[in-house]
Amino acid sequence: MRDVAVVSFAASGVARETESNEIELIVPVLAEAMAQSGLQKSEIDFVCSGSLDYLFGGPFAFVAGVDAVGAVPPIRESHVEMDAAWALYEAWTYIQTGEIDTALIYGFSKSSIGDVQEILTLQTDPYNTLPLWPSATDMAALQARAYLEANDLDARVLAEIAARSQRNAMGNACAVRSGDVTIEQLLAAPKVADPLRESDVFVTSDGAAAIVLAADDVARRVCRRPAWIRGIEHRIEAHNLGLRDLTRSESTATAGAAAGALSGKVDIAELHAQFSHEILVLSDALGLDPIATSINPSGGPLAGNCLMAAGLSRIGEVAMRIFAGTADRGIAHATSGPCLQQNMVAVLEGEAHG
Amino acid sequence: MGKELAAVIGVGQTAHRSSRKDVSMAGLVREAALEALVDANMTWKDIDAVVIGKAPDMFEGIAMPELYLADALGAVGKPMMRVHTAGSVGGSTAIVATKLVTSGVHKRVLTVSYEKQSESNATWGLSVPMPFSAPLVAGAGGFFAPLIRSYMHRSGAPRHIGHLVAVKDRLAALRNPKAHLHIPDIDLKMVEESFMLWDPIRYLDTCPSSDGAMALVIGAEDVADRSDSPKAWIHAMAMRSEPTMFAKRDQVNPLAGRACAKELYGQAGITDPRKDFDCAEVYVPFSWFEPMWLENLGFCAEGEGWKLTEAGATAPSGDIPWNPSGGVLSSNPIGASGMVRFGEVAQQVRGRAGDFQVELKTGRALGHAYGGGSQFFSMWVVGNRKPGA
Amino acid sequence: MANSFIAEHSLEYPGGYQRSVGPVLGRFMTALREGKILAVKGVDGRKIVPPQEYDPVTSDAIGSKAEDFVEVGPAGRVVSWSWVNEPRIGKHPLSVPFAFALIRLDGADTTMLHAVDCGTPEGIATGTRVAPRWRTDRVGKITDIECFTVMADGEQPVLAPARTNLPGDDTEEGDVTGMNSQFRLDYRVPAGASTRRYLNGLGEGKIIGGRAPSSTEVYAASRGTDPKTGEPTSIEVEIADTGCVTTFCIVNIPGLSELAPEIPYVSAQILLDGADNMMFGLIRGCAVEDVHMGMRVKAKWADELAPSHNSILYYEPTGEPDAPYEHYKDNL
Repeated sequence: MRDVAVVSFAASGVARETESNEIELIVPVLAEAMAQSGLQKSEIDFVCSGSLDYLFGGPFAFVAGVDAVGAVPPIRESHVEMDAAWALYEAWTYIQTGEIDTALIYGFSKSSIGDVQEILTLQTDPYNTLPLWPSATDMAALQARAYLEANDLDARVLAEIAARSQRNAMGNACAVRSGDVTIEQLLAAPKVADPLRESDVFVTSDGAAAIVLAADDVARRVCRRPAWIRGIEHRIEAHNLGLRDLTRSESTATAGAAAGALSGKVDIAELHAQFSHEILVLSDALGLDPIATSINPSGGPLAGNCLMAAGLSRIGEVAMRIFAGTADRGIAHATSGPCLQQNMVAVLEGEAHG
Repeated sequence: MGKELAAVIGVGQTAHRSSRKDVSMAGLVREAALEALVDANMTWKDIDAVVIGKAPDMFEGIAMPELYLADALGAVGKPMMRVHTAGSVGGSTAIVATKLVTSGVHKRVLTVSYEKQSESNATWGLSVPMPFSAPLVAGAGGFFAPLIRSYMHRSGAPRHIGHLVAVKDRLAALRNPKAHLHIPDIDLKMVEESFMLWDPIRYLDTCPSSDGAMALVIGAEDVADRSDSPKAWIHAMAMRSEPTMFAKRDQVNPLAGRACAKELYGQAGITDPRKDFDCAEVYVPFSWFEPMWLENLGFCAEGEGWKLTEAGATAPSGDIPWNPSGGVLSSNPIGASGMVRFGEVAQQVRGRAGDFQVELKTGRALGHAYGGGSQFFSMWVVGNRKPGA
Repeated sequence: MANSFIAEHSLEYPGGYQRSVGPVLGRFMTALREGKILAVKGVDGRKIVPPQEYDPVTSDAIGSKAEDFVEVGPAGRVVSWSWVNEPRIGKHPLSVPFAFALIRLDGADTTMLHAVDCGTPEGIATGTRVAPRWRTDRVGKITDIECFTVMADGEQPVLAPARTNLPGDDTEEGDVTGMNSQFRLDYRVPAGASTRRYLNGLGEGKIIGGRAPSSTEVYAASRGTDPKTGEPTSIEVEIADTGCVTTFCIVNIPGLSELAPEIPYVSAQILLDGADNMMFGLIRGCAVEDVHMGMRVKAKWADELAPSHNSILYYEPTGEPDAPYEHYKDNL
């Protein structure tokens, strides 16, 4: 495999973006990611994005991205109707062919324009689940209870996670929910989907995220300390919740093992956990030690969940800390589907200093 | 072409029909996927990863249907991806799947694309009015008909050229049992007398709306070498995109299509596509796009495409058959149509095209798909021998 | 609302999606209509409900024969549950607060998602015994079970009551082969800064374009960037409301546009004077057969201007000499 690294990362996030259309939303983030990389647009060999038409409210959301990138002369470009973490995966495989050396990846959405809970229900089996309209949170709460009861835990552990997320997010400009809250404050709030409280459920943000990938010498030339992708794997599980053991995430465990997540120390993990309990399920699957590893130092999706970009942002958040030298090795995780149906694990590493 | 060679070693396709009310969505994709697996002498266990493609989710009213389809496509426990690049998606999906192999990441990849258009109505799905967007005043054909008028003006093509394509592709479809439209008595008069929808486009100049699915199994070189199944070696792949509208955009002969073909031909060593290919399956949803794409893809000089069509060069009996399967004009499950093009040329070079098999001379063929406002392109070249052999 | 630049938008396929369900799901749905719940046997013998068409482990097709199905339930045990405080009226199965539960029906090896009507969260727990409350107007759909209810100790589940929507005497009621799925999603979509500028211009009878600082090319109705470069079109430029038809089609299909109630009509690409991109517009004010490439046209403004696309009703011929082909040939 070729050495491929994340060499830049930019993201935006606000609770409600009312001043921008999708093009205007994407442009500043692309510009920042490009500027950080030091590459000219003509040096980008491939562009790949992730978005969801149902979040946009109409077909062909991704077409806006072409106008945001600027595409004359025409560009090599593709799109996944998935979180942009999978766009990054597509770009990574393209770079692995040896045909190209660089790629620009982005994801975007404005969840505030619609009802995200209902939109995510449209991901469910259309014949026997969709007619019941379980929301993403309704389904996540089933998993939360199954996990808590199987491990003899109570809601306090969820509040601990939620409080830590909000504290961590205080330093994150893209976060839309942050603050120095106590566990008791959170536990005093009513449940929105028993056993989950509002603080246990993701809060959406409108925005975009972008990453530049580069291979080998190009990465070394443009980035002082590239975040090398040492492993990247993803797996999907059976769809219907009744067929899965919701107390564990088998696909995360398999992907993590294949990506080499545990064959080295883990300084930081950014998990695409959209609900408090998912931090626990995913940590189990990845064998993370919450003492040795800083989990979701950005605050994660509990602090700001820009759908279709949030998975990509997990990779970016790990990379950013490797660029800065505050982490040497980290795990990024992305997910798709109800109750963690599909999961990606990427292992990023910086080279030793000097 | 990447660090590993790859070949199509299995092809599966449903019959395309106006409505497949006998199956669920899973049943539809499954039919194509299973046929491809059987063709490749494989079982579900042999597959490393699954890549699925389709056009807008609104056609069937399910968001990210790959999640629900994971079980049906044998993807449980494996990597699965979902591609959406508008009308070119069938082609781009095959390319994404192939790159999983040419990158050395996987050995055997199943790729499937589909549309079950009978669940709703394609015209609705394609033209959902968005607030603050300029109102659509003429539907999908209303977008492309003016481009056709521009082409006629620029090239001086006579008005019957489109109708010739409409007849040629429907006659070809009579040899393809999986084609949606079978119009035994199709002739020029019938096309000319069909209803004028968007002048200059008549009803029979347009594609149908179909339910259908297409699947391919892509194998790495060592897998293909060991396989008893005939191979379509993948010689070249390219994709290009450009904006829907920009200053001085050539909408008839788009830059992105030309650039895509140039890269493709460079990879495959194609210097004269008309001679170097035995046939082509090209995305022609309105009949006039055959002469337009003949020029865009370099089969002739600009302005000459209609002369090839008129001379019968693109007929099954011509020197460069285009769409011997009947093409998009005869079957159009939108999200799958591009992969049908890619798969039909694979079948041609594998010698598996049945009653519409063309004579293999160079053993190479071109598959093409496009989408959006003639702005997203994906193409591949397949051959019956390994690249360079 | 016209001036808020945030518009209501909804997505709903009129009449609902018409789903065909195939024979396996069809058998399950037909049984629901009869007040019975069927599981399908997986390759390993597991009894899966709701039935799947394909085995979740081996991917083999299952349920091809009648003997592959077994009746399960109707009662079962809650394996996990969550509480819905605020039901989504018209979507959720119940209009009062309820639980969603994963229920292991008696005799089944997997769980099934459904609603449980139990008043308050205190009324349900993992392990609670529940049984279906059937609709009487069953159509062969998962919602034929209105919900599940909590059973008292030792209580036996009641059989499904007789259907009240039986077919008439002469009607042959076949197996369930399809279902309708009608739903609406609501959005509130903001226009965005550049579109707002353009629409505000229309409200004042002006056509506003944008240009990127590094380019001389002007985009009428810019959506924010020069699409060639992605550079923001930060410089506002006023464009004339006159231009020429570059190309067009004559539409003979009724009902495509509220702005053009009568067919035939002409939909054209128009190159406005001072703009470098194409606009789409209707051409009226002359016979459709008189419309031609290069024809000079002028916007026909509505009597009452508003910041809306509808401020330009259509374009009509000016009677000026045609634009020379050279002027627009690069935009075809």
